[in-house]
Amino acid sequence: MHLASFIARRLLQLIPTLLFILIMVFALVRLLPGDPASAMLGDRALDADVARINKELGLDQPIVVQFVVFAKSVATGALGNSITLKVPVAELIATRLPITIVLTLMAALIAVLLAVPLAFVAATRRGRMADSAVRGAFQVGLSMPVFYLGLILLTVFGAQLRWFPVGGYGDGFLDHLHHLFLPALTLALSLSAVLMRNLRAAIIEVIDAEYVQFARAKGLPPGLILLRHVLRNALISTVALFGLSIGTLLSGAVITETVFAIPGAGRLMIDSIYARDYPVVQGLTIALAVLVSLTFLLTDLVQAWLDPRVAR
Amino acid sequence: MTAPLAPDTVLEVRNLTASFGPARRVAVNNVSFNVRPGEVLGLVGESGSGKSVTLRSVMGLVAASGAVSGQVLWQGRDLLQMSEPELRKVRGGQISMIFQEPMTALNPVLPVYVQIEENLRAHTDLDRRGRATRARELMDLVGIADAARRLRDYPHQFSGGMRQRVMIAIALASNPRLLLADEPTTALDVTIQDQILKLILDLRDQLAMSVVLVTHDLGVVAATCDRMAVMYAGRIVETGTVAQVFAQPAHAYTRGLLGSVPHAGTERSMLLSIEGTPPPPGALPDGCAFHPRCDFATDPCRVQRPDLAALAPDRSSACLNREAVIAAGSPI
Amino acid sequence: MQARTALPLTLIIGGGILLASMIIGLFPTLFAPYDPNVFDYNALLQAPTLAHPMGTDNFGRDVLSRVIHAYTVDMQIAIFATVVPFIAGTIIGALVGYAGGWAEALFGRVVDAVITFPFLVLVIAIVSVLGPGLVNMYIAVGIVGWVFYARIIATEIKVQKRLDYAAAGRAMGYTHLRIIFRHLLPNAITPAIVYWMTDMALAILLGSSLGYLGLGAQPPTAEWGVQIADGKNFMATAWWISVFPGLAIVVTGLGFSLTGDGLAEVLRTKR
Repeated sequence: MHLASFIARRLLQLIPTLLFILIMVFALVRLLPGDPASAMLGDRALDADVARINKELGLDQPIVVQFVVFAKSVATGALGNSITLKVPVAELIATRLPITIVLTLMAALIAVLLAVPLAFVAATRRGRMADSAVRGAFQVGLSMPVFYLGLILLTVFGAQLRWFPVGGYGDGFLDHLHHLFLPALTLALSLSAVLMRNLRAAIIEVIDAEYVQFARAKGLPPGLILLRHVLRNALISTVALFGLSIGTLLSGAVITETVFAIPGAGRLMIDSIYARDYPVVQGLTIALAVLVSLTFLLTDLVQAWLDPRVAR
Repeated sequence: MTAPLAPDTVLEVRNLTASFGPARRVAVNNVSFNVRPGEVLGLVGESGSGKSVTLRSVMGLVAASGAVSGQVLWQGRDLLQMSEPELRKVRGGQISMIFQEPMTALNPVLPVYVQIEENLRAHTDLDRRGRATRARELMDLVGIADAARRLRDYPHQFSGGMRQRVMIAIALASNPRLLLADEPTTALDVTIQDQILKLILDLRDQLAMSVVLVTHDLGVVAATCDRMAVMYAGRIVETGTVAQVFAQPAHAYTRGLLGSVPHAGTERSMLLSIEGTPPPPGALPDGCAFHPRCDFATDPCRVQRPDLAALAPDRSSACLNREAVIAAGSPI
Repeated sequence: MQARTALPLTLIIGGGILLASMIIGLFPTLFAPYDPNVFDYNALLQAPTLAHPMGTDNFGRDVLSRVIHAYTVDMQIAIFATVVPFIAGTIIGALVGYAGGWAEALFGRVVDAVITFPFLVLVIAIVSVLGPGLVNMYIAVGIVGWVFYARIIATEIKVQKRLDYAAAGRAMGYTHLRIIFRHLLPNAITPAIVYWMTDMALAILLGSSLGYLGLGAQPPTAEWGVQIADGKNFMATAWWISVFPGLAIVVTGLGFSLTGDGLAEVLRTKR
């Protein structure tokens, strides 16, 4: 009831944001130097050929018409064909994006599993050895470049110890997970550093709060106080941070996919930008933007679930 | 071991001392008092006098850096010697505490029902339905209308006075014998204050509870308490029934407090007529802690720290010049 | 009777690292035993020894000297990639935060869009258009990076604007610009300065990432990311080529973030 209207409201807010993104993508791609026709045909193309390609791609129409056509095709999922790979963009995205999504989900999961207990240990043993150790660890984690960490993990666990494959994606679901583990771990270590710092501060703040004192005064068992009163309240700000970290996570995914040679959307994006493959760049940008917006929505919902003051 | 309690005492605090931090700053210094069945004992003093810390020390709720010594005798056992699991049974079930600011003392993200129910689950054997019924009863008991619906609300959906009632409901869920109230009305409007105080008194009657009420407001003391103990700089400086102390204060500080209560209104008292401020725990003056602000101070006061001396049964004062104070009469 | 508190440990350690980094970056030839670009075919892929404490790479170049010379490049990156966003972001943020209204609403949308999007991808996109190289990287970061500073400053200015001294300024007939820049901004700028420290650490990470991908500093320039890329195919046989430059990144990054934390602590207690 309450929640449904909240969701509806947020979904509606999504629409102008998506529209804005569409306009931005459209404008930016058009602004890039080097037109697609020449890119396809090479510099020595004849004018007539260029004109023909322009007509095919609809580039000779007025801008507004182009945009409407563009918007319509996006809505129907007809995102054009890749210039370099000659396959429909939608197909490319459909095969590559899920890989990146799985990678980021794995990374998020590992990061949370690492960050929560460590932040908790640091917060409850504030000022002591364990706290300093954890804080030192996340300082280092924040300063370590993703590609460096990935390279080291790859060498140690992949090439030397041979526990994991050195790249690629593998066949079959379990094999996929096996291949993705090291890259996910790489991403997770960076992300958990950020989460840990925030969560530790949040837990410290909550532990000192009076409602925790009151809970103790009620004679409640410490485990219950921990879970229900401390953790739940501390997670609220961390969930928000998590949402904001999506951009960084995706950037990290790009690099990780490069280091570990994973055929994901991140690498596709980079390769397409290099090759001036506009339809792919456009399609991917929109797909990513939608993905990120949905993630924001999700984190907002989780926050509202945790904190009833939000959903008013 | 521990001497048996006097027959008509429910709680006896002996030589309670609490100090904090690496510097061992003493916040509560050798405090002793007892609580009788069904009585309301007022613990009075300015902020920084150690009254809140006293309360928390009784329940073992001081900060981790605190060191507490002395004895707190409850039902034949010393609370300070109990293990944490044993203390947990006492807290909330036999002795309950309510705090000053209900908005911060109640968890903002949990509905009220959950916060009541967890008390019940920790201290009673009621099943789910029993707990639900009891929760409704409690809301009625503290005077919250439409109990069933309100149980599902969150703290921010209640007004200040209502929230305090909710906190009381939570604290009383398991029928404690003793309620420790830390400035329960300080954060409330004056009219609401009266309602809450009356509620506490009613509950005291209905549930046959004792209450220790910590406050800096003498008006509150006059309205609710049977006996009172005045605290200054971590020590008790005067005890007696409210009637006795108000009629004939036996300590210069108490007299100063009474003198600062406005006669006409029901204002919360800021203690204006005593110049200066109470000393912080680490910087107590020599001799009597109050002497720099005292109108009755004489040379011995500056040198010798007075002990709490009995004037009569249940009546004591820690003032070297108590005769002069008594002779000066009560300012109200 | 304030007790004199020592500077926080984080500030001391971080500041120390930064100072050392700057000195090395300014005078690399004082510290580097060899020329970073000289090939030595007699000493290819040598493990660390006294003569070459960090080993040599596949061209016989001394890794230590290259790491030292890279300090110049990477410290430059830290500064140049952050200064323009800082200044531009502060000005825009101050104006928008003060103006409010539709400017703020529009600004909010732009901020959302930029922050939503992976920053690295944006930078790579711009760099790929302009061509690889450090200068183009600075331009790219300048185009998108100001948003983060602007957001911080706008929020702070909004808060400061409500305070009494701002109203007093208006009551005295000061122009808006004067109020913004001479009165409000000095109070609002503290969080931006703290963020700047973090941003410099992030700039090094970004710069070295681009160097690794071949889009930032170009070989044979000694830059840590480039060095790591140089050594990535030799990890099994000559790990030192990549590992040491990476350590330099971590230590320098630590220097910036520790300093940022320490600074935040000092400024917080001053408030």
